[in-house]
Amino acid sequence: MKKKKQKNRHVYWNPYFGGFLLGLLIILTFYLTGRGLGASGALKSGVVTMVHTVAPTHAENNAYYSKFLKEGEFPMNNWLVFEAIGVILGAFLSGALTGRLNLKVQHSPKITSRRRLIFALIGGVLFGLGAQIARGCTSGAALSGMAVLATAGFITMIAIFGTGYLVAYFFRKNWI
Amino acid sequence: MGPLLPNGIIPPEWNYIIAILIGIAFGYIMEATGFSSSRKLAGVFYGYDFAVLKVFFTSAVVAVIGLYYLDYLNFLDISQLYVQPTYLWAAVIGGMIMGVGFLAGGFCPGTSLCAVAIGKIDGMVFTVGLMIGILIFSESFSVLEPFFESSNLGHITLVDTLGISPYWIIFIMTILAIAAFAISDKIRNKVKKVFY
Repeated sequence: MKKKKQKNRHVYWNPYFGGFLLGLLIILTFYLTGRGLGASGALKSGVVTMVHTVAPTHAENNAYYSKFLKEGEFPMNNWLVFEAIGVILGAFLSGALTGRLNLKVQHSPKITSRRRLIFALIGGVLFGLGAQIARGCTSGAALSGMAVLATAGFITMIAIFGTGYLVAYFFRKNWI
Repeated sequence: MGPLLPNGIIPPEWNYIIAILIGIAFGYIMEATGFSSSRKLAGVFYGYDFAVLKVFFTSAVVAVIGLYYLDYLNFLDISQLYVQPTYLWAAVIGGMIMGVGFLAGGFCPGTSLCAVAIGKIDGMVFTVGLMIGILIFSESFSVLEPFFESSNLGHITLVDTLGISPYWIIFIMTILAIAAFAISDKIRNKVKKVFY
């Protein structure tokens, strides 16, 4: 038993199989709705709703929030919000069926949980900011954009991955 | 002819039901391929796990071939599909900020939602960070607006940008994806394994 080869604990789908199914899902989404998938849009609706609840006049006077605050409409009443609820349900279902439901902080053994969480927060802030500037994230702008050959989709994809490789060296301690 | 909802073939009451069902499938596929694990996702930048590259480019190629094939068969009018506008510099700078954010945080918005769903605390913190980032953008919108609205090239595709037939673009994309898969497997065999 001592010689047993070290393996990853989790068994995930073959990436080509997962990618193929995801591709079919993108086709179906465009065929049904005329638009692609998204993720950051739902969080934007959440932020707009929160700010509008806490400080209604401030939100209405801001040129960005007011884009999503039309008379008699709720920003949470949005296709992407319902889709995001589905994403959480679907991921929970997959995690539950494979025994991956577990309240924990995942990090490299070389760093502490605290460091992982600090970097997760910084990364989240940057990603949220970047996704607003680029008008979409990896799923909405890059993946769905590439599916219809949108130039913006390819530019965003190259910018995300290219910058990732450029800065990977500085973050290596967090991951390897 | 598709798309079905915008053309009224499916009544609009189904809109949100379809949204939730598509979301469930999207979340399930992402979690099952391991996208709820930040260390698996980050592997693409260090050469120990290329799942992100493989899933991303397989799905992009499958989707673009499928959509153009449905258009060819007249099941779908591809000109009715939403093409986001290209704001050149906003897309470049926004993408670069997202690249740094990904290496620091290990998720993107979709994958962090999956991580939240299975109880990853780092995913929850990342999601809170996302909302703070969106808040910072919105609050400083008056400063960022000139840049955000600049260099608008309209709703263009690579067909407009490169001036060649979409079928050639799809063919080149497919060849590039297959080459990337082959190279990534070569690299992974040389890189020290990382277990997570």
